[in-house]
Amino acid sequence: MAGEKNQLTKRDRLAVAWRSTFIQGSWNYERMQNGGFAFAMIPAIKKLFKTKEERSAALKRHLEFFNTHPYIASPILGVTLALEEERANGAPVDDVAIQGVKVGMMGPLAGIGDPVFWFTVRPMLGALGASLAMSGNILGPIIFFVAWNIIRWSFMWYTQEFGYKAGSAITDDLSGGLLQDVTKGASILGMFVLASLVQRWVNISFVPVVSEVTLSKGAYIEWDKIPITSEGLKQAFEEVASGRALSPVQVTTLQDNLDQLIPGLAGLLLTLLCMWLLKKKVSPIVIILGLFVVGIAGHSIGLL
Amino acid sequence: MSDLNLIQMILVVGVAFLAGMEGILDEFQFHQPLVACTLIGLVTGNLESGIILGGSLQMIALGWANIGAAVAPDAALASVAAAIILVKGGQGASGIPSAIAVAIPLAVAGLFLTMIVRTLAVPIVQMMDRAAEKGNFRQIEGLQILAICMQGVRIAIPAAAIMAVSAESVQSALQSMPAWLTEGMAIGGGMVVAVGYALVINMMANKEVWPFFILGFVLAAISELTLIGIGAIGMALVFIYLNLSKKGSSSTGGGGGNSNDPLGDILNDY
Repeated sequence: MAGEKNQLTKRDRLAVAWRSTFIQGSWNYERMQNGGFAFAMIPAIKKLFKTKEERSAALKRHLEFFNTHPYIASPILGVTLALEEERANGAPVDDVAIQGVKVGMMGPLAGIGDPVFWFTVRPMLGALGASLAMSGNILGPIIFFVAWNIIRWSFMWYTQEFGYKAGSAITDDLSGGLLQDVTKGASILGMFVLASLVQRWVNISFVPVVSEVTLSKGAYIEWDKIPITSEGLKQAFEEVASGRALSPVQVTTLQDNLDQLIPGLAGLLLTLLCMWLLKKKVSPIVIILGLFVVGIAGHSIGLL
Repeated sequence: MSDLNLIQMILVVGVAFLAGMEGILDEFQFHQPLVACTLIGLVTGNLESGIILGGSLQMIALGWANIGAAVAPDAALASVAAAIILVKGGQGASGIPSAIAVAIPLAVAGLFLTMIVRTLAVPIVQMMDRAAEKGNFRQIEGLQILAICMQGVRIAIPAAAIMAVSAESVQSALQSMPAWLTEGMAIGGGMVVAVGYALVINMMANKEVWPFFILGFVLAAISELTLIGIGAIGMALVFIYLNLSKKGSSSTGGGGGNSNDPLGDILNDY
């Protein structure tokens, strides 16, 4: 067994990292990401094991049930690579040890991937990109796409390397409160940013007129007394700047009243209602379709 | 506008294929409306309305995510279908609300297709088992690629079907929609955004983080603050909070180990 050590090069590890992009490709109801995991391990298995029996056993090992967040699979792949390498070099690493590490890591680590990637980074980048895109700005989609893929790829590569170097000791490293901090930090940031999105992007506008007040003379601009010359234009702007209203009747809608309480209150209440409905196990699809119906009905009766 | 030429149709099917693959892979994000609608707008010469549609649909789809075996509404099919309908309707950016309204029910239909493909993948991995028996790497790789292509076809075929409908009938169908319907749908679209946020908030909310929600909501009313500014304030709050809570727990002695965070406790005891 002694002599030259059979080691994975950086090139092999890059090949595995690239293939892990497709880990969900054969996602299935039976063993979920198993096919993708085996697919990602193939370059390493080829390098480490030479006999047909060893290769076949390694492939079968990695076709066992596996499921986690697709990016979180990277540190797990890293650790698995380290274990397989030790095994190929004669260390007593059995199937149970490898399987144990994979299963032991995938659950707790998936718990960090979902809140960080799906519920913080993506909604934030998505909202940033979408708010630019809604004015037709091409930078919106570009920023979203480029930033996301830089974050994703650096996360996948560095955590895989981290897993590979730390080997099975990784669980000790991660339990030092770091994992907790990241998860908690992500949910704090997520809640903070989401709240601002709710305030800005949930649009409900109640149009019914609450009051129409005829303003007293001097509180509004008397347009018929302004000559249509540059001098008159100047006068008009000055009057606007001094706070005069544009028309003699001040219309206050229900929405204006609500906005004086808290801007965006209606959107907040709607969001809370949706959260409550979702907790009551109402399907999001039903709520979405229902809101369209409410929009049409509300508009027809002149409420929205 | 109007009917697309052959090259454009092929490109659109290509984008649909990419979006379908990504609907399951969830890596490059080609299935997100912001990217998929922009690409379809680009290849059909409607870049600007494609971008605006992508932005509007992205706001609705922010909280849609696949978690474990659960599947969210199909962002890939919704984006691709909405973009094709928008292009064929030929109304430019003003056609966006009705395109979105047609796309949402299709996102539901997409769920069904996703379930079919995920079931079809079961025999594929069983074939992988047999290939593993023989140590046949090639075959496993081929099967994995086949499974990914199946996901691409899941969106490419519906996209081709929608394109096969003539532009005139799409236009006349969209134009025959009365104003109360399209305006009402636009209003509904403004509210539907809340569902995505509610999904995400439900996942993250607990007693500890609710105060940050209140802060974010109130600060957002200051319209001078851009989203990046809000993000920066949020980051600062995270670091302040994490540092302070560490100080707090060290001064009270060993009591900090038992937080209400079950995951953390499991990891600490590992």
